[in-house]
Amino acid sequence: MGQPGKNIMIQINKKPWWGVVLVAVALAVLPFITGAAFGPAWVRVLDFALLYVLLSLGLNIVVGYAGLLDLGYVAFYAVGAYLYALASSPHLIQNFPAIAALFPAGLHGPIWLLLPAGALLAGVFGVLLGAPTLRLRGDYLAIVTLGFGEIVRIFMNNLYRPVNITNGAQGITQIDGIHIGSLALDRTQNILGLAVPSLHLYYYLFLALVLLIIVVSVRLEDSRIGRAWVAIREDEVAAKACGINTRNVKLLAFAMGASFGGVAGGLFAGFQQFVSPESFQLIDSIMILAMVVLGGMGHIPGVILGSLLLTGLPELFRYSATPVQQMLFGKVLIDPETLRMLLFGLTLVVVMLYRPAGLWPEKRRSRELEQKRGEAA
Amino acid sequence: METLLQQIINGIVLGAVYALVALGYTMVYGILGLINFAHGEVVMVGAMVTLAVIKLLAGTGLPLVVQLLIGLAVSIPACMALGAGIERVAYRPLRNAPRLAPLITAIGVSIILQYLVVLVWGRTYHPYPELLPTTPFDLAGARISPAQVAIIFFSALVMAGLLWLVHHTRLGRAMRATAENPVVARLMGVNVNHVVTMTFAIGSALGAVAGVLVSINYSVAHYQMGFILGLKAFTAAVLGGIGNLGGAMVGGLLLGLIEALGSGYVGDLTGGLFGSNYRDVFAFLVLIVVLIFRPSGLLGERVAERA
Repeated sequence: MGQPGKNIMIQINKKPWWGVVLVAVALAVLPFITGAAFGPAWVRVLDFALLYVLLSLGLNIVVGYAGLLDLGYVAFYAVGAYLYALASSPHLIQNFPAIAALFPAGLHGPIWLLLPAGALLAGVFGVLLGAPTLRLRGDYLAIVTLGFGEIVRIFMNNLYRPVNITNGAQGITQIDGIHIGSLALDRTQNILGLAVPSLHLYYYLFLALVLLIIVVSVRLEDSRIGRAWVAIREDEVAAKACGINTRNVKLLAFAMGASFGGVAGGLFAGFQQFVSPESFQLIDSIMILAMVVLGGMGHIPGVILGSLLLTGLPELFRYSATPVQQMLFGKVLIDPETLRMLLFGLTLVVVMLYRPAGLWPEKRRSRELEQKRGEAA
Repeated sequence: METLLQQIINGIVLGAVYALVALGYTMVYGILGLINFAHGEVVMVGAMVTLAVIKLLAGTGLPLVVQLLIGLAVSIPACMALGAGIERVAYRPLRNAPRLAPLITAIGVSIILQYLVVLVWGRTYHPYPELLPTTPFDLAGARISPAQVAIIFFSALVMAGLLWLVHHTRLGRAMRATAENPVVARLMGVNVNHVVTMTFAIGSALGAVAGVLVSINYSVAHYQMGFILGLKAFTAAVLGGIGNLGGAMVGGLLLGLIEALGSGYVGDLTGGLFGSNYRDVFAFLVLIVVLIFRPSGLLGERVAERA
């Protein structure tokens, strides 16, 4: 265990410049290759995979570093998404004459304002969730966060009367696509004589944010705060005895994790140009958690691997279920959607059984696990 | 006044079902410290298997109540085997693994069970036959249907049986000893693995009964019915203090009452601003408030923090 991790670490420490260039070039041409080889549907999958990397890196702060089990994480994603949706769609103007009078040209919030605002608002929600739950540990915390996620979703579902804020289950439509300056990402752009489709443009934007958040995560991990989080995860009482202000540090974990989710939510709303409570259900929180745990809690490369796998695999099953059955049995025996979910469930079980610390765990974690096994034997 | 009584009856019926399912969660949690997230799916399988048996018996002309009992006689052992099998395959190999690993296998098992049911019975909503007479009794102006009476009666019976089992049998003593301290229990000659298997089996049997009762109450069964029911029951278990049998019963009844009264009255009190569509919000808000003041649930003991 831990061998592949070691090799990568050495590579990063040496920092061979050609390696970095190679990875950069590979990431830059990836959407074009994917689009040419498998069609635009797969570039879309790629975009979503990056969104999920953002989300799972955010949840990783709460669950992986600070060890606080959060089952309502999707609420922060929802907060970011609805903020973007309300601030860049005609919905509010149609329903509130006062707002229409204030913005005669319509609401078109700029992305550089909405993403930080989404991060901030989601962070505030994170503190709102964190503050009353500071005394709770483990599974009690899990159920309260779960309840919080459900409460946020139910409000989104019902806040259409007496005043229509969220438009209920129908969701908000006609959201502006993301514009960066004069560059509109929601249509094909001609860049240096190359036609770059919208899906590719979003890919680059999401990739840039993923890289930014990876840097933030790595820096946090090595910082005083990051070490305080790990200390709380390992033993809260001991951490407190060492002079860590556990209350503030835990709240900070909730706020930071939530703000990543808020950013991802804003991107999601701009990318889809449509949001509804459907996208923010408990099962989505559970999926993000599964990405973090399956990849390797608290370990950034592992979490990225987990989110790429769990976004990609269901799609792979979706596209291969019918042809593979045709090939093996000559006809479709099992409904592809059912087969896809069965295989997906099976993957979760099998991976966890054979790699209980995740596919690519943090070195410290896999060591602890081996020790525990040694004690148990 | 009649509406109040009516809502209380509805709440107790709902709460009885929640309590039955919550017992399955809380028993497993008490012994292994693990949330069995696949329990809701066992409940759903119980309802579906019973339905399948009743459909098979439809032509025999047996009285409906007898059909129901035969259905239960098939689905209870099936669910017991299923529950014990889930433990054997998905939880036992991970007993010394990081705490969240069994959570993910549980989610995997839930997905597999749901779609196996889809494979066999499809995605449709299956209407549950009217197994009991439908003419409601009149109780001081409120109406209570025979199905509701049956739910309260069956739940009380099953819970009493469980309490007797836990407090007056050898197996029950072994279960309590294991919950207290598995290592010491093993030193005293308790076969811990056997106890764990039996815990899952008994919890699943309760789940199967609950699944059938709730399907009769709503006259419908569906492959996703276990999810929301399991969620509510888990909430109830935590509300009462997870790991505590009495807590699961109190939590279940309380949650049922909160939902029924909340959806019945808060709408009127707030001038229609928060109607019954906010029902789940009341339930979770009460949970959060209770946990703020009693972090280990209503009847939960204060446990030392695990390092």
